[in-house]
Amino acid sequence: MLELLWLIPILPLAGAAVNGLLGRRLPKALVTAVGVGAPLLSLLVALGCLWEYAHGQFPNDAYDQVLYAWTTGDLSIPVAFLLDRLSAVMLFIVTFVGFWIHVYSAGYMAHEEGYSRYFAYLNLFMSAMLMLVLGNNYLVMFVGWEGVGLCSYLLIGFYYDQPFPPYAGKKAFIVNRVGDFAFLVGMFALFANFGTLNYHDLFTTIATQPGLVTDHYTMGLPLASFVALCFFVGAMGKSAQIPLYVWLPDAMAGPTPVSALIHAATMVTAGVYMVVRSNVIYQLAPGVSQFVAVIGAATAIFAATIAIAQTDIKKVLAYSTVSQLGYMFLAAGLGAYSAALFHVMTHAFFKALLFLGSGSVIHAMGGEQDMSKMGGLKKYLPSTFRTYVIGALAIAGIPPLAGFFSKDEILHAAAANGQWVLWAVGLITAGLTAFYMFRSVFLTFFGSFRGTHEQEHHLHESPPVMTIPLWILAAGAVVAGFVGVPKVLGGIDRFHEWLQPVLFHPGQPEMGAGTEVLLIAIAVIVAAAGIFLAWRAYGGEDGLANERAWAARFPTLHRVLANKYYVDEIYDALIVRPLAVLSRFFWKVVDTYVIDGTINAGAYLTELTGDVGRFSTTGNVRSYALYFFVGVLLLGCWIAFG
Amino acid sequence: METFFGLLAGNTLTRLVFFPTVAAVPLFFFTKTASKAAKIYVLIASLIELAFGVLYLAAHLGRDGGFPLVHDTVLSWISGYGVKYDLAMDGISMPLVLLGIFLLPLVILGSWRGITEHWPMFGASLLLLSTGVLGALLAYDLFLFYVFWEVMLVPMYLLIGIWGGERKIYAAVKFFLFTMAGSLLMLVAILWMAWTFQRLNGGVWSFAYDDLLRLNLPLHQQVWLFAAFALTFAIKVPMFPFHTWLPDAHVEAPTGGSVILAGILLKLGTYGFLRFALPLFPHASEVARPLLLALAVTGILYGALVAWVQVDMKKLVAYSSIAHLGFVMLGLLAADVVAWQGSLLQMVNHGLSTGALFLLVGMLYDRRHTKKFDEFGGLARVMPIFAFFLVFASLASVGLPALNGFVGEFMILTGSFRTLGWPAAVATFGVVLAAIYLLKMIQLTIWGPITKDENRKLADLSFREIAALVPLCVLMLWIGVAPNTFLQPSRQTLETVLAQYRQRVDEPDVRQASLRPATTGAEVAATEAGR
Amino acid sequence: MVPISWYLMLAALLFAIGTIGALTRRNGISIFLSIELMLNAANLTLVAYSRQMGDRTGQLIVFFVMAVAAAEAAVGLALFIAVFRSRRTIDVNRLNLMRW
Repeated sequence: MLELLWLIPILPLAGAAVNGLLGRRLPKALVTAVGVGAPLLSLLVALGCLWEYAHGQFPNDAYDQVLYAWTTGDLSIPVAFLLDRLSAVMLFIVTFVGFWIHVYSAGYMAHEEGYSRYFAYLNLFMSAMLMLVLGNNYLVMFVGWEGVGLCSYLLIGFYYDQPFPPYAGKKAFIVNRVGDFAFLVGMFALFANFGTLNYHDLFTTIATQPGLVTDHYTMGLPLASFVALCFFVGAMGKSAQIPLYVWLPDAMAGPTPVSALIHAATMVTAGVYMVVRSNVIYQLAPGVSQFVAVIGAATAIFAATIAIAQTDIKKVLAYSTVSQLGYMFLAAGLGAYSAALFHVMTHAFFKALLFLGSGSVIHAMGGEQDMSKMGGLKKYLPSTFRTYVIGALAIAGIPPLAGFFSKDEILHAAAANGQWVLWAVGLITAGLTAFYMFRSVFLTFFGSFRGTHEQEHHLHESPPVMTIPLWILAAGAVVAGFVGVPKVLGGIDRFHEWLQPVLFHPGQPEMGAGTEVLLIAIAVIVAAAGIFLAWRAYGGEDGLANERAWAARFPTLHRVLANKYYVDEIYDALIVRPLAVLSRFFWKVVDTYVIDGTINAGAYLTELTGDVGRFSTTGNVRSYALYFFVGVLLLGCWIAFG
Repeated sequence: METFFGLLAGNTLTRLVFFPTVAAVPLFFFTKTASKAAKIYVLIASLIELAFGVLYLAAHLGRDGGFPLVHDTVLSWISGYGVKYDLAMDGISMPLVLLGIFLLPLVILGSWRGITEHWPMFGASLLLLSTGVLGALLAYDLFLFYVFWEVMLVPMYLLIGIWGGERKIYAAVKFFLFTMAGSLLMLVAILWMAWTFQRLNGGVWSFAYDDLLRLNLPLHQQVWLFAAFALTFAIKVPMFPFHTWLPDAHVEAPTGGSVILAGILLKLGTYGFLRFALPLFPHASEVARPLLLALAVTGILYGALVAWVQVDMKKLVAYSSIAHLGFVMLGLLAADVVAWQGSLLQMVNHGLSTGALFLLVGMLYDRRHTKKFDEFGGLARVMPIFAFFLVFASLASVGLPALNGFVGEFMILTGSFRTLGWPAAVATFGVVLAAIYLLKMIQLTIWGPITKDENRKLADLSFREIAALVPLCVLMLWIGVAPNTFLQPSRQTLETVLAQYRQRVDEPDVRQASLRPATTGAEVAATEAGR
Repeated sequence: MVPISWYLMLAALLFAIGTIGALTRRNGISIFLSIELMLNAANLTLVAYSRQMGDRTGQLIVFFVMAVAAAEAAVGLALFIAVFRSRRTIDVNRLNLMRW
């Protein structure tokens, strides 16, 4: 089965090709069959491969599959796939969650124009994402990395004939490119020093000779720090960290299942995957790791505060995603790589679930995303309501749901490393998370309906093709955490054990069991307090009344939060506009006046010389004769005296 | 003893170079209005030329995927001064020659509707232009090279000046004068070198590339000669700040002219650096490297920024060429084998993707007779096939992995980072800017709501137009997915040239000009075999 | 025997008269005659030197000069006649169509 590993990314690619090139001529059923069938086959092959991998013995604990040489010679890079313990986890998440989101999409997009185009893009995304996680070198990862960026661009701008979505897609692509720039430079530095981009070769060399990367390299940084920093900037773009997070909230302009798949469960966690993959380098760059942790924590709390003031249900989830990604980087920066990846996995389940749930709500509301126009939907959408609450409980960190375990591991890592400030930030963020998630639950499902009569009339539960994926993911959000139950709670933390071999120095500082239990209790209490506060504020008949009162009391604070701290406006004023002015200056002044001006001056001077000189051409024979005579005289003088 | 006409009849480079000229002769007897017949005739001629190209490749491509140096029989031309008719193809010229031959039929398909008058002359100009370009790429004698170099100029001048847009005369003259200004200096340099050669060689003249390569000149002489060559080629590339002729030429040129101009003509500049300016004057190029690097990196960022604020679609693509060729120059200056491979590939890539973009702009222009962004918007709704190709070609140009542009840029930057360090890192930022301006172009043309009523009834691409684009897109994808096939033929050549170049850079400066001993064919073969 | 300097002085005088005439006269025919004068000055010099040095080549050249002068006169006069037919004048000051 493992020899079919290459099929996993190729199958969705074939699906994308069929639907993309022929989709408009194919009957809808066939489009669905191809569009959903390809990820299904991919999932089945992946499960087969995973089963075989888990039960087999492999050199270096990894299965390598070289397909062909992309380039040879000095720069020799194969197109090759790698199944090891790390990519196995990601492979499972991507194929499993991805498949169910495809199923859901078949229902959600059923009445949309561009059905086949949608599935072509979505399949292409699966293919690129799988290439990203399965590549055995940084280049293949980068191919997938850019590929998912492209699909993200296309899917955000799926409703291409409206003004905003294409703009949002463009923004996402460009902001990501800023990160990719750093990623590329990091790769160049690795290649320049090691002559390879293959994970195994690189990490073995670095792990056995750490001195190679800890000496001074450039700009006062050792090589490890330089590369780690470059890669992290790359991750900032893809995984929406401060300061490159701005594209993700706008990315919600795409169809909701896209937000679930790309902008919550898979693509945005690619940055975390990359950092975990490069853990050898990060562990040799403690300064950068600390920086990663700080940025992660800052992003987590920053985005959480914005989420509180959003009324668009998808925007709440988007900022929540940014915040949770910050959590993951907090863990990765602290060296708790397994915790980071654990949170990637649990987050994939509950955030995909929440997004799909919100999609179900939006579907029922006829495209309405504003929570201030919702309310009381629980009696119309029972399945959606129940699964959404499960997701909200999971993300809030209520035991024994998945989010509890993964979030607890991250907070534990902060505390065990003695980083109490980061721990406190994480804890506050956990409380905020519980608060804003239940704010969205109460505003959407409780109280009385605030929309139009027509909308109320059309309210209906989504078809099974959409609710079944909800329940599957809800089940995942409940049980996914049990693979990583901490020892202090009587578990064996299989997840942590599983990832040990791919980590360079797997050990994490330990702390006393009593303290650990105490910290867990504090975290749970904070989360519960967040939910309670949300219930107090928004649990009433008109959930928005309290918020309006608060907004009236602190108008500036509310405005700043609702406008996302004006970050977009600041970027626009500080970067985009000056750059545009500069470019126009180059074009209108440098090109037109300085360069062309110089050249035209040369041409003008030539013309001027001619203009002056031509007056010697009087047309009068006798003047010419005089010139001639003077010339002869001069010649004579020259011969006589020269 | 072979004659020129004997060569023309065989499967030779001579046939490749001069078949277009031969094919152009009957066109002078077509009446002005015989457009249809002329179109079909020229298309068939270009396809035959393509077949010749493929045949030649098939005959000489090595088993291992490498491409050795192949000479046509050398004929004496101006015997008193040792000027020879000597065409040769190696791994450096092969990809560019094939690109040129490959683009020709597509250009003709792309000009089918856009050119409305004097079709026979238009076709003849294109064919003669091909002769000039291919000759310049294949000439192995510097005098012959110079002749072909100037031959290229005239048909291009006519293409812009006759079939161009509103300010065609201005653009044509600007193009001609810029190019001419540089090339005269090059002629002086070539003559000086040949003269020095005969002085050191007992009065026997030669303009042969291999002979002039034997000149070992002191630095102060190299600098002047290099300056003359570099200026010629820098104008052609074009490098900042000699680039201002390009946007004007592109905007005024007809679609076909733009495709040929961007596709192959500009490559002659970078090819000139790779073939002549660097190997002939190693020390001088080493001295000038910081300056040229600065210009290349400036060009990358400058071209991209200026492209971003353009309001004319074609001008945007023209400025993007400046940025892209800046990458090629960066790679060449890096003197690293990976970077050189990348540069050579990027020359081809740029021809494909920018060629496709110019074709697309032309197709839009044929329909709307405007290239201004504010006239478009929302075209994806009425022209989905057009939208697909525009996105595809733009992404290739942006450098998206799995398409061709990425391979070239990645290799250039990887290689030059290894030898140059931070200039390559700065240049990498051009990758970000590329996304900015090309996505802007996509955004303003095909996305968003339709704002102009004229755009509501535009016809999507016809079969002919699709036929012109599909081969380009197939190649873009192929190069992106399996670049090795395309890198392999030139690898050995580049490695050999680079090794020699580096060795000469490291040699100490000499006080007086001298001649290196001639390498015999046997020795070359031995070193080739030893690799 | 007359010394060569006399011939040369006569030639120089003729040449000077011819030059001044060519530069100052406005009538095309007069200019023409002046030029003939200059040519003949040159001829005189050639003959004088030829005699002095006992080499006939100089006299030979004089024949060439005379032949050319005759041809020139024929062409020149034809031109002036043509000009006169169209412009009714051969005043060279008024024949300045070829100015800048």
